[in-house]
Amino acid sequence: MRRSVVTGVGVVAPGGGSREEFWARIVDGKPAIRRVSTFDPTAYRSQIAAECDFDPARYGLTPQEIRRMDRFVQMAIASADEAVADSGLELGRVDTDRLGVCLGSAVGATITLEDEYVVASNHGRDWVTDHRHTMPFLYQSLVPSSAATELAVRYGAHGPAALVSTGCTSGIDSIGHAHSLIQDGEADIVIAGASDAPISPITVACFDAIRATSPRNDEPDQASRPFDAGRQGFVLGEGSAILVIEELEHALARGARVYCEVAGYAARANGFHMTGLRPDGFELGEAIMEAMDRARLNPDDLGYISAHGSGTKQNDRHETAAYKRALGEAARQVPISSIKSVIGHSLGAIGSIEMAACALVVSRGVIPPTANLTTPDPDCDLDYTPLVAREAEVDHALSAGSGFGGFQSAMVFSKPSEVS
Amino acid sequence: MSRRAAITGIGVVAPTGIGIAEHWENTLAGTCRIGPITTFDTSGLPVSLGGEVPGFDESEFVPSKLLVQTDRWTWMALAATRLALDDAALDPDREYPFGLSVVTASASGGNAFGQREIQALWRDSPRAVSAYQSIGWFYAASSGQISIRHQLKGACSVLVADSAGGIEAVAQAKRLIRRGTGAVVAGGTEAPLSPYALVCQSSQDTLSRSTDPATAYRPFAPDAGGYVPGEGGAIVVVEEWARAHSRGVPQVYAEIAGTASTHDAHHPTEPPADHRQLARAMREAVDRAGCSPGDVDVVFADGSGDVTLDRHEAAAIREVFGGRRVPVTVPKTMTGRLYSGGAALDLAWAALALTHGVIPPSVNLDAAGGGHGLDLVTEAREAPHLRTALVVARGTGGFNSAAVLRSPRHQAA
Repeated sequence: MRRSVVTGVGVVAPGGGSREEFWARIVDGKPAIRRVSTFDPTAYRSQIAAECDFDPARYGLTPQEIRRMDRFVQMAIASADEAVADSGLELGRVDTDRLGVCLGSAVGATITLEDEYVVASNHGRDWVTDHRHTMPFLYQSLVPSSAATELAVRYGAHGPAALVSTGCTSGIDSIGHAHSLIQDGEADIVIAGASDAPISPITVACFDAIRATSPRNDEPDQASRPFDAGRQGFVLGEGSAILVIEELEHALARGARVYCEVAGYAARANGFHMTGLRPDGFELGEAIMEAMDRARLNPDDLGYISAHGSGTKQNDRHETAAYKRALGEAARQVPISSIKSVIGHSLGAIGSIEMAACALVVSRGVIPPTANLTTPDPDCDLDYTPLVAREAEVDHALSAGSGFGGFQSAMVFSKPSEVS
Repeated sequence: MSRRAAITGIGVVAPTGIGIAEHWENTLAGTCRIGPITTFDTSGLPVSLGGEVPGFDESEFVPSKLLVQTDRWTWMALAATRLALDDAALDPDREYPFGLSVVTASASGGNAFGQREIQALWRDSPRAVSAYQSIGWFYAASSGQISIRHQLKGACSVLVADSAGGIEAVAQAKRLIRRGTGAVVAGGTEAPLSPYALVCQSSQDTLSRSTDPATAYRPFAPDAGGYVPGEGGAIVVVEEWARAHSRGVPQVYAEIAGTASTHDAHHPTEPPADHRQLARAMREAVDRAGCSPGDVDVVFADGSGDVTLDRHEAAAIREVFGGRRVPVTVPKTMTGRLYSGGAALDLAWAALALTHGVIPPSVNLDAAGGGHGLDLVTEAREAPHLRTALVVARGTGGFNSAAVLRSPRHQAA
């Protein structure tokens, strides 16, 4: 079967508007979380978020593009530009019929849809909304596949294109989808990853309603504390990561620098509850075991796990149980961390940002810490790498994701020296 | 590839009917279900026509507890799923749950549900937003609910590619079957006929402004004036070929013999300059099906209703099929364009056509096809030797997808 590797990485994250700034931030373990600045959050239970200081003009987007594109599309473009540049691909010399796009997003253009709704409905007064005051191209925000189109047009990618929207596993699943397209010979290169910009009133309110997000409004930098006994929920974030996923021989033939191989991917659904998780982590464990099988690894081959680690009690225990079930004793040896402690939970985007982190962990030999993990939850009794980064040779990194709808996904990135 | 994908069950919830019997009967009669939108007052909008699903009673299919958590689009997906599973005589309770998956396409998510909650926020207060907003509106809601309801615990997915999404879902089902999954519930539905969703759609000038149901959506006509949106869609059961036969399925409608996707990558909002990528999607789907264009007996066209896009599609068909005038049909002229539900419904139509040996008609068109040189099927046409169908779908922005379905009567199991 054809194999796929990562040859480019681009990131826009809170506290880090580029791959290198992002990497420095998560290694430093310094949370990029603050009071919501894009609207007045006073009326909300959770008033904090991991925001990006994102200026699309700085990334070369034109005024027309900025006007046309929702923030999640702008972030996707910014990180994709970085990834494509990083890959060294000369787009003029690749067969663009074999170049695909697979973008993930959980909630798409909610900011634009909400802003325009407020106008069309006269501040919510009218059920039958008025089209006469809304923006042109609003359809592009209704249907988020327009973001995949923007990427395809930008890079002249004539291969398969789609948006994957499996809630909070969209980021892993978009890369998994790209991996499948390459394995099956449907494409040679896929620009893959995910973007979400969900910090808007309706999204903040919907997580308030189920008390999923942290109300620790007075201490934003301490609010995201996965696996810590003092956690009170996740902190909403935003951002994007795009990876260039390339068929191995194609990458070798052009002498590309290879970060890692996409060694294994698997997804399962818990068939249990849209938001609830079974404490035994059974299905996430199944996904992990299947991803490990596909990568032909034993549990003790793993050098790092990028946890879903959202910082809800339910998730952290579910996930701890899944690692124990899937990896046995090795679960106690392998360093695990959650970068959501630093950059929050950007819904669909975060899975791809965590895969970007795994690509960098494998290539650079440093494990980023879990910030704010000062008093571990006794039920989360694995090595969650508290507070301080570690140097470690990591041949294989696993990332796990879990989301609303019951989706459970796992992916393994392996060092290129292990590739051949 | 040794593991082949077969369609063993079909569930339709569409303007043409609920369930395949009603749907097929109305199809053969050429019943056009495009009409004035009845669920709210459209008099202030530039768009007033839609394809509604008449007589859809969600409570027949969805328990009341679940109704309040979900949008109409998910109700239709749950209903179509149940119909498809029943049709395939597939009882997930008797199956290994990790061997079953669901893949749906969604273009716009839970429109009416989301509008109600966002109205509550802006009219009342953030605290008026329902606890179910976080699970009712987002694009993954239907796949999630179907997975939970029927215990489909394998790799599940949600694909967004505008109106090409239905083919993308089935293509993904085929990939999963190849990797070892036993059966996949796949397809798409859409519920775009709510006020704010319609405002968003009306920003496209390709949405028909006509008020006459008989002329509003006339793909390939020289005076085509855009498309009419519709609701509903179809879900099919895609099952591994040998497994389907060994469990004695009631029927195999068709093999999903090949799929392919391309993108025009031309302009985010303008039509492409030519039909090159659309033709390539068709050719690659045919190639991957292991056949040649000469084997294709019927084309279910995308039929956008936009003069430029229609011209491209006709040119692509002429290019792929050379001098041969293959029968072309656009049965969605009866329903309007259902976005994610549209290509899924076309796949259902194609599978039923192969089974019954009848090509469904395009309505409101003349056979001359507006001078495009196509053999447009404008009345149900008997075709007893129908063996291979090509289904074409495009999504706004430049998505091109194609799928080849092949009748099981003409191949060894």
